[in-house]
Amino acid sequence: MRFECQELCKSFDSSHSEISALDRVSFAADDHEFVSIVGPSGCGKTTLLKLIAGLIEPTAGRVQMSNGALRGRPRSAFVFQDHGLFPWMTVLDNVAFGLEMQGVAQGERLERARAFVERVGLGQFADHYPHQLSTGMQQRVGIVRAFVTEPPLLLMDEPFGALDPQTRRVLQGELLRLWGEHRNLVVFVTHDIDEAVRLSDRVLVMTGRPGSICDTIDIPLERPRDLASREPAEVSEIKWRIWKQLEREVRASLAIAR
Amino acid sequence: MRNNHLGTAPGSKFERWGPLLTIAGALLLWEGCSRTDLITSTFFPAPSTIFAVIMGLLLDGQIATHAGVTLARVLAGFTLGGGAGLILGLAMGASPRLHAQIDPLVALVHPTPKIAALPLILVIFGIGEAPKLVLAALGAFFPILISTVAGVQQIPPTYFEVARSYGAGPLNLFRRVVWPGSLPFLFTGARLAINVALVLTIAAELVVGQSGLGQRTWFAWQTMRIPEVYAWLAVTSVAGATLSFLLGGLAKICMPWEHIRAVKRR
Ligand SMILES: Nc1ncnc2c1ncn2[C@@H]1O[C@H](COP(=O)(O)OP(=O)(O)OP(=O)(O)O)[C@@H](O)[C@H]1O
Ligand SMILES: [Mg+2]
Repeated sequence: MRFECQELCKSFDSSHSEISALDRVSFAADDHEFVSIVGPSGCGKTTLLKLIAGLIEPTAGRVQMSNGALRGRPRSAFVFQDHGLFPWMTVLDNVAFGLEMQGVAQGERLERARAFVERVGLGQFADHYPHQLSTGMQQRVGIVRAFVTEPPLLLMDEPFGALDPQTRRVLQGELLRLWGEHRNLVVFVTHDIDEAVRLSDRVLVMTGRPGSICDTIDIPLERPRDLASREPAEVSEIKWRIWKQLEREVRASLAIAR
Repeated sequence: MRNNHLGTAPGSKFERWGPLLTIAGALLLWEGCSRTDLITSTFFPAPSTIFAVIMGLLLDGQIATHAGVTLARVLAGFTLGGGAGLILGLAMGASPRLHAQIDPLVALVHPTPKIAALPLILVIFGIGEAPKLVLAALGAFFPILISTVAGVQQIPPTYFEVARSYGAGPLNLFRRVVWPGSLPFLFTGARLAINVALVLTIAAELVVGQSGLGQRTWFAWQTMRIPEVYAWLAVTSVAGATLSFLLGGLAKICMPWEHIRAVKRR
């Protein structure tokens, strides 16, 4: 599976004026690739993911999908910024939701969901409701809900946004482990440069609103990766480069002069 | 843990028995005042007298008969009006256009006291069961309609996006998002609606018909049997409380997640 964004533009009508969120975004992503997107707040990262997922339509441009022999839109799964778990479903039903929509029989889908819930250490909480879990646990549920459908394309919108650094680090490890088994194409939005570099094969840097891609950086780290190991010097170099770009964009979008 | 201003923890003896003590105290005070004719016992008969009358009505089967008749009317009106309100409410919640089309009419009609329409309803529907059913249905319609619309509209858009991102079609969106998402509002509306339906049924019974709690209350008054008026009033309020209680139980069964949340809040 691969996809290509071609000159994607998106603007929203607000009551006063038209807000341009994305301006001619073009990039391609290949099978088994882990791509991260970083950019200033409000630059259109969530909008871009939703366009790729087909949840909203672009104002101009298009997303070209190619899915081997399969026709139609390839399946994708979305991990939402605020996890988006249904409060009226138990953890298990939430995780099984994607399979339910695919028409998988109840017995089988619950079994598969349970296996995933247990993999992230939430077996005990399978029959709990989301509000009975901590934020970190909810995020884990949101992630396995996407993984259990084994989507060829996985879109993750700041899945670790609301977490403390320690939990974050552990969950990054869990994510890499899960991804290592499935190797789907992942597009991962984050504010955290360190996270982007450690997890991905490629990092895209976006400009402030209206967002477009201003830099693409390949990450020359071996797989499988060990998050606990010390990072090579070149990685610090790369982080510095991303940070400089981002700082410029953030300053510009906040209209702060140097 | 929530503490009230007395600093007693929930579930403490006082919190559990306090309300009962208040009721018992009020009844005792009433009994005393009535017995000593501090208040006119003709108009305010002692609770023990009223209780004796209630026992009599219970034993000769009158309460079962008339409470049954009234509850059947309430439930029929509630089902009819509430069902219509539910369907229209879901449609209006789902379609902004339909909402814009119909909402002004609702805003206009809803605040009119439905009881004022009784004479008109009697002219149109005669004096049998029909006018009572129509009045109760009319009363149940609006609370359910309004709370259903609000219930659907307050569902955060994210949930629709999540469901659509996993490929949910219209049927699954309804089954898995719209319905459970608006259910808490629906139950709030249902509790209001069933109460309105009861009030309007009783009111209609006061005016027309040969049976039901309202008719019995009216009849007791006409024949100046004041303790019996109180007795029927008490039965009516128990009937109302029972309906409300049953709906509360149903809500717990239908929305286990809300129930758990409510327990957690305590
Ligand atoms: N449904 C919408 N209607 C109107 N404007 C919108 C809508 N969704 C997003 N926008 C606008 O588009 C711009 C980009 O929003 P988006 O949520 O994609 O940003 P983001 O990069 O994900 O931000 P953050 O990092 O804070 O999550 C914002 O200026 C926002 O106001
Ligand atoms: Mg976002």
